[in-house]
Amino acid sequence: MARLVVLGGGVSGHTAATFAAKWLGSAHEVVVVTPNSKWNWIPSNIWVGVGQMSKEDVTFDLAPVYAKAGINYKQAKAVSINPEGSESLEKPFVTIEYTLEGREGESENVEYDYLINATGPKLNFAATPGLGDANGLGEHTVSVCTADHAVHAASELDKCIEKMKAGERQKFLIGTGHGMCTCQGAAFEYIFNIEHEVKKAGVRDMADIKWISNESFLGDFGIGGLHMKSMGFAVSSKIFAESLFTERNVDWMVGAHVSKVEKGSVDYELLDGSTGTESFDFSMLIPPFAGVGLKAFNKAGDDMTSDLFAPNGFLKVDAKYDAGAYENWKASDWPETYQNPTYENIFACGIAFAPPHPISKPMSSPNGTPITPTPPRTGMPSGIIGKVVAHSVCDKILKGSDAPLHKASMAEMGAACVASAGKGIFSGTAAAMTIYPVVPDFDKYPGTGRDTEYTFGEIGLAGHWIKHILHHLFIYKAKLSPGWTLIPE
Amino acid sequence: MATDHGKHGETNINAYGNNYNTMTPGPFAKWMRTCVIFQAIRFIIINIKMIIVVRKSH
Repeated sequence: MARLVVLGGGVSGHTAATFAAKWLGSAHEVVVVTPNSKWNWIPSNIWVGVGQMSKEDVTFDLAPVYAKAGINYKQAKAVSINPEGSESLEKPFVTIEYTLEGREGESENVEYDYLINATGPKLNFAATPGLGDANGLGEHTVSVCTADHAVHAASELDKCIEKMKAGERQKFLIGTGHGMCTCQGAAFEYIFNIEHEVKKAGVRDMADIKWISNESFLGDFGIGGLHMKSMGFAVSSKIFAESLFTERNVDWMVGAHVSKVEKGSVDYELLDGSTGTESFDFSMLIPPFAGVGLKAFNKAGDDMTSDLFAPNGFLKVDAKYDAGAYENWKASDWPETYQNPTYENIFACGIAFAPPHPISKPMSSPNGTPITPTPPRTGMPSGIIGKVVAHSVCDKILKGSDAPLHKASMAEMGAACVASAGKGIFSGTAAAMTIYPVVPDFDKYPGTGRDTEYTFGEIGLAGHWIKHILHHLFIYKAKLSPGWTLIPE
Repeated sequence: MATDHGKHGETNINAYGNNYNTMTPGPFAKWMRTCVIFQAIRFIIINIKMIIVVRKSH
């Protein structure tokens, strides 16, 4: 009997674990280690953050789902990996620390034959003074990164709406809280959902709404922007984004590194080197992501974390990490199998794999401050990668260690994305987009880097309907309800 | 916030500000965004486009 250990139960890890359990059957063991007791459909957190959904609408208990799937579920956080075993344990193992109520702090070594690292990110609030600390979110801003954060954000938003109803103007500042953030899309959704809600509350004229982001241009989204086919033109996402911001009367500031957060204001530095301060009454700033801080030790017990993990804490895979300057970047830099180059039985998927470099062109201020979106690895790509990695591991277990690996490069993979701009069955809108491929390939598609036959976008009620249907569809799938394997990632 | 006067996004443009060079939708384009019949058709078309990209990506 072989044992596969999956670290993390988010979109990517959950996909990998559930497909592996289905393909392997009861002859082999799948273990999931995740510190969370609930699964969270994170894309809908923005609706929790404006009070349009509850925490219960976007989460469910993992234990009964894993029991149904025959998965050995350990509610714990991974602390370290010993890929060569140790002097006392022959097989490789992961050291975990339980978070399960009643077993908090209890440590265990979990041996594995194959390991998939899908831990997702650490929300690195501590990277920006005042945004938070090692314990998480600070007191000056809100977040929609977790369901609990979003519940808090909705409550703070309610207070602002009450103040506006009482005649007090409110300033909303939404965007990224550091020069090296990703997930601009989530902030984009949140700012327009706030605009939609304050309009519904009849206080839009009392709200000043502003976007602050590390993108070098509006519509970059961490993927270097995209050109969409529209009315016979290949139109830049910059045009679409600026149009929407103008139409909804939302001001913006881009190329910004938030350097400090205080009560009611942020300090920032721009790409041109200038600095300034922006005030707010309500602010949601996405934190930068980092690896979760897993350590690695060799058989002798020596620290070898830097061999297994990149400096940002994400696991090294089959990517080209020495591509150098932007001019040298190729689509082939991006990983295909997500297998660790040193340990063939270790894989990574979702945010946990170390990308070779950003997708957007790296930029920095004259002071040397890097202000560049880091590459997104969430949503559809993370689900596909999770499934592909599980497929590779299952083949190795069932067909032998020589079985060929399955591939899913983000430079050869498309993505469908729906970004909400306001919720309502007849009044809601969302930007529905497809992009192919996610990572631009300027050799294959000169100019835009993408195939404009398969890259499009439009905003409207239809997009909102799709987003709402996907909410129910993916939760249905994650619960392993009948026919779940028929629903694509 | 600028007064709309039926011009929708146009009145939000600030001359020589950062949004001076963008395009804004007119009233018909905005109405079409939430027109149920038109959006039902777009719903089908967008789904087909997404399914094609999803199939190419698996």
